[in-house]
Amino acid sequence: MHMHKYEKIWLFFGIGSLFLFLTIVGVSAFAQGNQPPSCLTTIDPEKVDQTPPFNKPGLVKTGDNEYQLNIVASAFAYTPNQIEIPKGAKVTINVTTKDVIHGFEMVGTNVNMMVEPGYVNSFTKTFNETGEFTILCNEYCGTGHHLMTAKVKVVDKQ
Amino acid sequence: MPQLTDKKTKVKTEEHSSLKGTLASVFLLGFFLIFTWVGVYFLFLDRL
Amino acid sequence: MNETMKVDRRDAKLAMAHIYVAFIALALGGLAGLLQVLVRSGKFTLPANINYYTILTTHGVLLGLVLTTFFIIGFQFAAVSRTAGTLSDKARTTGWLGFWVMTIGTALTAFYILIGEASVLYTFYAPLQAHPGFYIGLTLVVVGSWLSGFAMFAHYAKWKKANPGKTSPLLTFMSVVNMILWLVCSLGVAATVLIQLLPWSLGFVERINILVSRTLFWYFGHPLVYFWLLPAYMIWYVVIPKIIGGKIFSDSLARLSFILFLIFSIPVGFHHQLVEPGIDPAWKYLQVVLTFMVVIPSLMTAFSMFATFEMYGRSKGAAGLFGWLRKLPWGDARFFAPFVGMLFFIPAGAGGLINASHQLNQVVHNTIWVTGHFHLTLATTVVLTFFGAAYWLIPHLTGRVMTKTMNRLAIVQTVVWAVGMLFMSGSMHFAGLLGAPRRSAFSTYGNSPQALEWIPYQIAQAIGGTILFIGIILVLIIVTNLAFFAPKGETEFPVGEVAETAERTPLVFENWKLWIGITVALILIAYTIPFIDMIQNAPPGSKGYKLW
Repeated sequence: MHMHKYEKIWLFFGIGSLFLFLTIVGVSAFAQGNQPPSCLTTIDPEKVDQTPPFNKPGLVKTGDNEYQLNIVASAFAYTPNQIEIPKGAKVTINVTTKDVIHGFEMVGTNVNMMVEPGYVNSFTKTFNETGEFTILCNEYCGTGHHLMTAKVKVVDKQ
Repeated sequence: MPQLTDKKTKVKTEEHSSLKGTLASVFLLGFFLIFTWVGVYFLFLDRL
Repeated sequence: MNETMKVDRRDAKLAMAHIYVAFIALALGGLAGLLQVLVRSGKFTLPANINYYTILTTHGVLLGLVLTTFFIIGFQFAAVSRTAGTLSDKARTTGWLGFWVMTIGTALTAFYILIGEASVLYTFYAPLQAHPGFYIGLTLVVVGSWLSGFAMFAHYAKWKKANPGKTSPLLTFMSVVNMILWLVCSLGVAATVLIQLLPWSLGFVERINILVSRTLFWYFGHPLVYFWLLPAYMIWYVVIPKIIGGKIFSDSLARLSFILFLIFSIPVGFHHQLVEPGIDPAWKYLQVVLTFMVVIPSLMTAFSMFATFEMYGRSKGAAGLFGWLRKLPWGDARFFAPFVGMLFFIPAGAGGLINASHQLNQVVHNTIWVTGHFHLTLATTVVLTFFGAAYWLIPHLTGRVMTKTMNRLAIVQTVVWAVGMLFMSGSMHFAGLLGAPRRSAFSTYGNSPQALEWIPYQIAQAIGGTILFIGIILVLIIVTNLAFFAPKGETEFPVGEVAETAERTPLVFENWKLWIGITVALILIAYTIPFIDMIQNAPPGSKGYKLW
């Protein structure tokens, strides 16, 4: 099919840029491990309170400077909702829900995941600076959706 | 349907020069796409 | 060639019926939108215990589903009647049947939303459970649209039979592509509603598989946006060249871009599910790559549009790199409104690339950035193009003419819309990057300092939203005038001719077996394995919840 020379130039440049973007996110995801949260673990949503680690939600030390933060979402709260993390900790956040779909967003960070009944979702982040972060539900879950929140404080190690 | 088959060769040379504004426009558009994408990509890296 | 210059009166009635419903939806949905931005500014609360999320559901369903689907089907009936000849009685009757099924479905859905039995939002994610009437209403809307689609297919087939070996009229071809796209993608939403949601809400089954239902929804949900966009592209490719007095840059490239949309717009739903559990990230990435492929026809469209404008300007003696811009008919609302729509598609496209970029989605997912994004794509690009089309389509169908005053008002309307959207969508984008969530009523999240930063943006949203509501009032005045009060006369349905330098269109574009085959193959490649995974590794299902 006939195509104008300039259009060929434009499509070469445009499609080239698309592949450049894809390469950047692809290398970052598959070579450097920056995949979006995609945990494949399942759980019985009606037995969350009896299933470890969600039977004892909260921050657990798992290694030298490594932690697990297990959080249960339900309409319209997170358990726990006041969390302290020592500065420099590498934290794997595991979240699940007891009822409907919720969101889990730590404002101002890349921690942003869907929490769906029957699944655990997970994301690992290292907290290098002290400060306060708001966690909020960013997926509609009912009348109290906009009141569903929690707080994280990153503090200097005692 | 008008017959268009043999009119193709007619304006080859002036055609290229006459679409230079189009070329410039799409490239401006392309640079804008790259600029915004890279901007948010750096925001992502900053928040890693 | 049985092309008619004028849409037959009986076909015009069918098209107008759709357009009336579309603009009634715009009025009601727009009012809901105004209430939302006011609430979200933190300065107002809804009276009489009205639930914010009921209003939000109304807004999404009326504008995302009703306004769009009705306008598109009305426009396409007019377009096929204009370019492929008057509809047969059978096709027209099917069209009317489709119209009534959709309208009854809309009324039913709206009823259950307004009595507060279906505040589940336009995305209606289970396990939030609406009244069965909500799902039945939505099913009727989709089934009605299929009937109209079949009527258009039959009309196209009749034209092909009468004109063997000839290339079909461009607008008819494009309408057929859009209805095939719609049919293939709405099978997903029909499946989740009929197999999962409806039996579950009626109590026939107790539990529902959440991830399967979401995946079926998004299999539909992304091509849906192309179903909105393609009619705007029809107007850009075919109508705008005629309005400015120029020619279609290339018939073949226009068809090629529509075929690319058909192929690539469906196997991409995972880019709405990038941050969710239960889907392997490699499959997500595959669909990210496919999503980027669907950008290509838009890159082609951008070139074609600029080229159409430049060729016309130069034929009028324009010089310099951008001199042709000055030759365009800026005072003609039929051109100006869609043109502003095109301009807004540039930041809209940029945002779309970011949303779909795999892990970059974590920055913006479910923040109000996304709301800002589709208020550029749908609520500006598509809607301004539809408004621009209404300015000739309605008087053409009703046998009237647009007065100079109305044209001026339409120019003002376009400017009002652009300014309002700049404020509203602009601040949504910035607030989103700062983390403000979408689909949420006003909240300071316990006076969190981070949430307090968003308030100035939310006030700007309210200002923009209020300006947009003025825009809605203006367009309703214009549309009412054109439908009932404008002076009687003849208005042209502009259909462009192909540039002389363009080559003849090859017939391969109408090899439907080939294109539908490729479409189905890509869908199977993108979805089969992850879908089997979802079912094989499914957790226990969910009971329904009514949390509003």
